[in-house]
Order: sequence, then C-alpha cells, then structure tokens
Amino acid sequence: MKWLPPPHEFHARLTAIQAIDKPHYRLRELAALATANLSFLETLQIDAALAQTAQVADSGFDKVRLAVLAGSTMDHLLPSIRVAGLRRGLCIETYAAGYRQYRQELLAQTAGLRDFKPDVVLFNLVASEFIGATPITASSEESDHLVEAIAKDLQSMWNLVKDELGATVVHQSFLDTEPALFGGLDVIVPGAPARLVTRLNSTLADIAFRQGVLWLDVNRASARYGQDAWFDVGRWLQAKMEIAPQVAPLYGDLVARLIAVARGKSKKCLVLDLDNTLWGGVIGDDGIEGIILGNGTGVGEAYLALQRYAKTLKDRGVILAVCSKNDPSIAETALRTHPEMLLKHSDFAAFAVNWNDKPSNLQAIAHRLNIGLESLVFVDDNPAERAHVRATLPMVAVPELPDDPAHFVRCIADAGYFESVSFTKEDAERADQYTANKKRDALQSAAGGIDDFLQRLEMFVEYGPVTSLNIARVTQLINKTNQFNTTTVRLAENDVSAFAALPGSIVLQFRLIDRFGDNGLVSVMIVAPATSGAGTLDLINWVMSCRVFGRQLEEEALNILVRAARINGAQTLRAAFKPTDKNAVIRDLFARLGFARDAMAEKPDGASEWVLALDNYVPRRTWIAHRENAQ
Amino acid sequence: MTDQDIFDALSQILRILLRNESVVLTARTTRRDVPGWDSLNYINFIAAVEGKFGIKFRMADVESFETVGSIVEAIKARKGA
Repeated sequence: MKWLPPPHEFHARLTAIQAIDKPHYRLRELAALATANLSFLETLQIDAALAQTAQVADSGFDKVRLAVLAGSTMDHLLPSIRVAGLRRGLCIETYAAGYRQYRQELLAQTAGLRDFKPDVVLFNLVASEFIGATPITASSEESDHLVEAIAKDLQSMWNLVKDELGATVVHQSFLDTEPALFGGLDVIVPGAPARLVTRLNSTLADIAFRQGVLWLDVNRASARYGQDAWFDVGRWLQAKMEIAPQVAPLYGDLVARLIAVARGKSKKCLVLDLDNTLWGGVIGDDGIEGIILGNGTGVGEAYLALQRYAKTLKDRGVILAVCSKNDPSIAETALRTHPEMLLKHSDFAAFAVNWNDKPSNLQAIAHRLNIGLESLVFVDDNPAERAHVRATLPMVAVPELPDDPAHFVRCIADAGYFESVSFTKEDAERADQYTANKKRDALQSAAGGIDDFLQRLEMFVEYGPVTSLNIARVTQLINKTNQFNTTTVRLAENDVSAFAALPGSIVLQFRLIDRFGDNGLVSVMIVAPATSGAGTLDLINWVMSCRVFGRQLEEEALNILVRAARINGAQTLRAAFKPTDKNAVIRDLFARLGFARDAMAEKPDGASEWVLALDNYVPRRTWIAHRENAQ
Repeated sequence: MTDQDIFDALSQILRILLRNESVVLTARTTRRDVPGWDSLNYINFIAAVEGKFGIKFRMADVESFETVGSIVEAIKARKGA
C-alpha cells in the first residue's frame, strides 16, 4: 500500500491510544494510525485495540456487518478488512462461515449466518472447487455448459443472499493460479483451466453488474502486485490460504473500499498541486518556457501522463481542482498558453492559487464545490505540505506521492480513491456540470437579488417514474447522497424496483435544466402507502444532489409529488427526518415546506416525524417550469 | 543479531498473534506449551517470521519444527546461506 505513508511512531501511538477511555476519540485515533502502510502484524495490533473499543452509536463511523462465505482459509484476512474499514470511516463487524461450509450455511438456514444479520455478504471462492474435475479434453460445448452451470449455481446463491438475508452481495473474481500447461494455448483450448477461469470471471462479472452484485477483482490485483506474493503455494498447501498473510493488509483495503463506495463514502474531487506535480520545475522561478512538460523527455512525459490520467478521471465524473502556492496570473497563463498543457483552466471546477496555507485552501475548495472535505484527494509532491494537510485535515486523503514522477499515476490509481460501482451518463457529465456552476456563480454575483438570479437561470424540471434506463442513476443518487437525505435509508436496485412496483406507491426522479445546461438527474422521492391507514402516504426517502441546492427544486418537487398523491386519492403525506452529522443542511426542510411536526409519532431513534395535509396544500411559487418525461 | 535477539523477535510476533503479552519463547518451547498456538496461528507465525527476517523456509522444515530452538537454527541457516 505504497500510497499510504509509512507508520509514524507506531508503538508509542498505539500505547497512547490504549490509554484513551472515550470510544469516539479512540476510534478516531485508531483510524489515523491505520492510515499508514501497515504490515500484517501492525494490522493485527490495531485490530486488537479495536476489539477493546466500546461500540457507540454516534461515533461518526458507519457500522457494517460483513459475512464472508469462503472456499479457502480466510480467518487471517478478517483483521485487515476491519482495519481497512477504519481507514474509510467504517466499523466493520465480521462473520466467517466455516471453511467450505458456505453452501450449507446458505441453504440450510443455519443459525450462524442468519442470526448475524449481515449487511454485506462476500463470496470468496476458489476456482478449483468448480472446475477442478474438468478433463483437459473437454469440448467447446462441454466447457460452455460448465461455465453456464457454474454461473447459474452462483446466481442462485447470490439470490438467496439478496432475498433471504436482504444483504448486498460482493463477489470476488476467481484467482487464476493455474500453472502454464500448453503456453499460449492455455487461453484457447476449451478445457484448459486458465481458459475456464478467464471465461468464468468475465461471464460472472457481466451478470454481477446487471444484478447489482459488486465485483471485487482480486485476480487483477494479484496480477498487479505479483502472484507469488499474493498466492503463496506453500501457504496454500499447508493451510489452504489462497491469499497469503503478507498481502492481507492490501486485500483488506480492496474489500473495504468497495463496501465504502456502496455506503456512499466515495471520493469526488482530485485536488492537484502545480509545481513539480502537474509539471516539472517551479513556474514562478523557471518561467512558462522553463517548466518540464510534454513529449520529448521521459520526465516531461511523466507529468503529461498525470495530466492525461486526471483528464480521464474527469471524463468519468471526478471533479478536478487546483491548490497551489503560486502567483495566480502566472499559473493561469501557463494553463492557458503552454502548448503541451493537456489540462486547461476550464477543466478545473475550483482554482485555489494564492499564498494561503493548503488546509485553508482545501476548505475553501470544499465549500465552493459544496462537497465534504472527506470527498477530497489532495495530490502534492511536497512532503511538508502533505504532512500539514494530514495533521490539520485528517479526513482529506493524501497519497504518499513517490519521488519519481514516473510513478505518480500508479500511486494515485493503486489507492483506489475513485472506486465506483456504476458508471452512468450523469457521471460522464458531472465534471462539466461543476464547471457550469462556476458560470452560474458568476451570474449570481452579477444579478440583483436571489429572485432575479433564479429567474434569469431559466430553469425547468423534467420528472417521471423510475425506468430501466434511469434506475442505475436513481440508486446511485440514493446511496451517494449524504447532505440532502431525509432518512438515510439506503436502497439497492431491486429495492427501488420493489417500491416502484408496490400498488399505490410513487417513485419520482427529477432533472433540473437551466440556461447553462442540464444538471442531470438530481433528486429522487420514494413514497409508499402507509401500512397504518388508507389515504396516507409515507415519504420513505428523499434525496437531492448538492449541486442544485438553493434553486427552489425542493419546493417544485413537493408541488409535483402532492399533485401525484392527490391523483392517487391520498389525503396525508407523512415524512421523517433522521439527523446525521452530514444532513444538517435540511434540518428545517419540512418546517420550511409547511409540514406540521407530529411529536406523538416520534420514536426514540432521534428522527422527527412530520405531516402534510394534502387537501389544503397550496402549490408553492417557484421559478421552475415543468416538463413530464418518460424516462 | 544474537540468538537472544531472534528469540525476542519471535516472542514479540507470537504475542501479537495470540494477543497475549505473557508469551516468552525459549529454545525448548514447543507449540503445545503455548495456549492458543494452533495450526492456523502457526502458519501466520511462520509467514510473519519469514517477512521479518526476509527468508523463506522449506515446506518440509515448517512441518517438522519441533521446538522454537529449531526455528531459530533454521533462521540462522537461511540468513547465512
């Protein structure tokens, strides 16, 4: 895990942590200690301290219950998963089904797995168990049938987990540990084990994606980091460990990053330094002509490679920003005029170039983009700046950039900050939407008042039901949104479909379009008939992207919902607001929208309950026009 | 590195693996002498020792070590080799 800094004063800090009483503080310090390139033994020590830390409800760490169904020995990997969870703001509790007992546990409804009530179930299986009996002479048809049968078998197990346990499924790719038999023909001969493993992995990955099963690609990781380290033959023969103890910390990180994404804890923005990060040299001293960038030298190409990587990240929806101690006009001129500059000034949604300290600038960037500091990744070649940011803003991810710019891209890529479980049209458009926001901000500062600004945006909303075309984005929005999220009920794709199919339910998605462009699908409402009485609807959850805060979309969305609810014959809309450390921005949402607080209905979980009488609802005036859409 | 340094390092590794601060290994200690030192923890121990000393044991050695003393001898032989 070279992107993490080496552990600093490990033993002294661990001893100090063991003396801390307050569980919140202890967890925070353990997470900070875990954010280092730990060895297997250091991981075990943090895990032991974690085990002695009391569980508290409001620790700021998300609790996740992870069950592992394994075809090999797994116990030595569990501590690393828990410790990697700390690094990502998760408190992971684990349950390991007995070695190769997963089928029995799933089918026989044994108490162990069911009583554990997992949120996530990880399938960690070994290829030989499935293909070991296949003769090398198997025909093309026979191997096709085998792959189909295995895929069907695994799907039925995934479905058991989804239907019976209601858990998210993570499936791990099969490791291709087969020794070469023919050579190049190993991937061509139908019955060759290497070909079967490759086909199984690609077939399963496709099915998994369609079914909302998350794919943990350990086979690719093992190829990347070296299979001899990952799969140690001695450990396999002696203890049936398919993944060796020495790579446990890395394996744990791969698992935790996927769970974190599923929990809406993903990084959103790549913040880049300029001098000796985006180009070689110091532009203030060397001048625009003097910096090293571009084709011709290896070093120049290395910086160009980082720019290209950042640009590709932007194309898949990562926001880019600059944080640099520099003269802003020189930096801007370089970005605009240097002939080899691949990233342009307009690629950056925020541009903090000044002489302020970097933590203050990172805070300004987060504020400007309206995202949390924990969504930022800060890339800087200067170890002192990195240390300053890590110490001041521990929630910001700061990769330990290597000395040699040749390895910059690998370092950022290996860290997996931008791990994602879906890729939608909105992702591809997101970075440009943030850039359009810069123009909207400019309009706002030029406009007379808020009404004038909103009017001049020429907004209209497109809304409609959830369909197969938008369900991926709808689900993603529900699970990624932390600020405007009324109940934090997270739903998988099949849950959303289930709500949409429920008689009397209303599931709506909204896009907001204005003169600067389409903001994309930015809000979702899930409404279901109340079990308590006819004529009452429950707002199960309502999420809205922070991109469109302050644009009256919440008012207009409610107008649309009330109209639909009346058509359904409902008289009352009930809503709940469950406070978290992220959603304070909508604390007074329901009061502002005219709901009455229902103290009688409140439960001890801290959520407030709200009621809106639909009969005397007067639609609220906004500057947003409507358009109904089918998708 | 003296023999004692190696014994200390091995004791420290096993303390972490077994979460037991009172573990002290000597030349004559066997797995049966240490509560909780089961076969899985033995393999974890071997992996950690290999990592610590930058060596790899032969599988036959791993399966035939009777005492901690024989592990220390194997470490010295591998380091010297």
